[in-house]
Amino acid sequence: MTDTCEETLGVGLLCEGQHDPGTPPAGLRRAPSGVDGLTTEHLIINMGPQHPSTHGVLRMLIEVDGEEIVAAEVSVGYLHRGIEKLAEHRRYDAIGTLMDRGDYVSGMMGEHAFAMAAEKLMEVEVPRKAHWLRSLASELNRLASHLVWYGTFGLDTGGMGQFLYAMRDREALLDILEALSGQRMMFNYIRPGGVVADLPLGLEEKIRTFLSTFDMYLEEHDQLLGGNEIFQSRVKGIGVIDRGIAQCFGLTGANLRAAGVDFDVRKARPYAAYQELDFEVPLGTKGDAWDRYMVRMEEMRQSARMIAQLIDGMPEGPHTAKVPRVIRPNAGEVYASVESSRGETGIHLVSDGTEHPYRMHYRGPSLYAAQALEEILPGHLIADVVMIIGSTDIMLGELDR
Amino acid sequence: MAIEKLTGENSMIFIRSEQLFDFARRNSLWYIAFGIACCAIEGLMSASGPRFDFDRMGVFFRNSPRQADVMIVAGTVNKKMAETVKRLYDQMPEPKWVVAMGACANTGGPFREYPNVVLGVDKIIPVDVYIPGCPPRPESVQYAFIELQKKIAKRTEERLAARNK
Repeated sequence: MTDTCEETLGVGLLCEGQHDPGTPPAGLRRAPSGVDGLTTEHLIINMGPQHPSTHGVLRMLIEVDGEEIVAAEVSVGYLHRGIEKLAEHRRYDAIGTLMDRGDYVSGMMGEHAFAMAAEKLMEVEVPRKAHWLRSLASELNRLASHLVWYGTFGLDTGGMGQFLYAMRDREALLDILEALSGQRMMFNYIRPGGVVADLPLGLEEKIRTFLSTFDMYLEEHDQLLGGNEIFQSRVKGIGVIDRGIAQCFGLTGANLRAAGVDFDVRKARPYAAYQELDFEVPLGTKGDAWDRYMVRMEEMRQSARMIAQLIDGMPEGPHTAKVPRVIRPNAGEVYASVESSRGETGIHLVSDGTEHPYRMHYRGPSLYAAQALEEILPGHLIADVVMIIGSTDIMLGELDR
Repeated sequence: MAIEKLTGENSMIFIRSEQLFDFARRNSLWYIAFGIACCAIEGLMSASGPRFDFDRMGVFFRNSPRQADVMIVAGTVNKKMAETVKRLYDQMPEPKWVVAMGACANTGGPFREYPNVVLGVDKIIPVDVYIPGCPPRPESVQYAFIELQKKIAKRTEERLAARNK
């Protein structure tokens, strides 16, 4: 990245918190405004927290000039439940419960990030099999999470069929995850030291059966939504998050990779079994909603590829290290992060040597994406708002924490 | 229910208007699409998905509170959200019902120690059915709707019995 944040976003924008709708970043599609010198009074529209397309309880205040958005303000905090503060009063083995409920569609990744941070403090060597099981659980969960995104993104564009197909496949995945961990969504499977349980009997076959049809289904999904001309014309070229904006706002995950930045925690700082797996990181070029769609669809293909490798190469051995019942890690400060379905999910853990953490910070990728919305929305039409929110795949649980 | 199975062709049914209305109401419980947190994925999305298929019970989502009969409070309600929940409830037309889904909506759940969290949605709006679980399975939500249907049927009977006394 050669240009600085000031150059990309305009000097003073971040300092004074003002939006200058007159000069949107290059690449944005501007709506025709002031036809024949006719201008309209600006109107402020409230969107949310109850809105079917904000994917939770995001609230936005949108200032419009006719159909065109002049400024947007994101209001968060409608799901603030103090996960970070509550973690200070929980024992290390009980914090996974809170992490599940942070990013609730991909609970495994939150648990994983916390478990990795706790293990760094405890200086525990995690068995090889636990690493593989963790990767397996994460990839299965990534598929389930992306399918929810795929279904709801289609709902935002006005489609209904793809939601039902996505839910069909997600149910099959949840069956597998339920057999693995005992719960459909709040797994609490990955804990400090390893995982709770080994692969149950017969699950390997079940996963193979799932994979044997999933590739075909995925192509079907892609054609159903991505092959639809109406969908294409609605998402192509809108919500451009270019390299500069993406990096200035600290976006990670598919939102960043759609802009062409090759950053994936699984490759950059390999953890669990990802070093031994063969997978590619899909990249976009323009960073528009279409690129984000393509990147996520390709990520699903890569995840399916990884699951097959993980099943084939599953090592033997114990699934968890020996961990004391009451964990009292060494005093210190660590940061550990994983690539969740939405980007880099990180845990900054400060320990004072007692059985509770002294401080835990939960870095969720959605907060950064929501902040970028304020920057990318001006210049678009009202109808594009739900598309752009849907394409960034924000999760309000980890946003408000 | 296929009424023509109970009656022959060209036949008549005598029914009290209240009973007829409640029959219609309990078989078309439309809920407001208002997911707050994790429970929304299970209770609103999975439950309306192909496997659990709420639709066959006449339960379908509406995006506006003014078209809805039921509110599924699916998730943790905090103090900032409470105002909105109350307002949405007030916007729903009578008769209306509330299903408190999951531990958070019942009591505050795993987050109840946090001062920002409302200790159960029944602190702000009346609740008809509580569903335990964190999150409850979609089957539980369907069971809650069956219970709600029973409750509506019972209400009519009680009202009629009180009048005939």
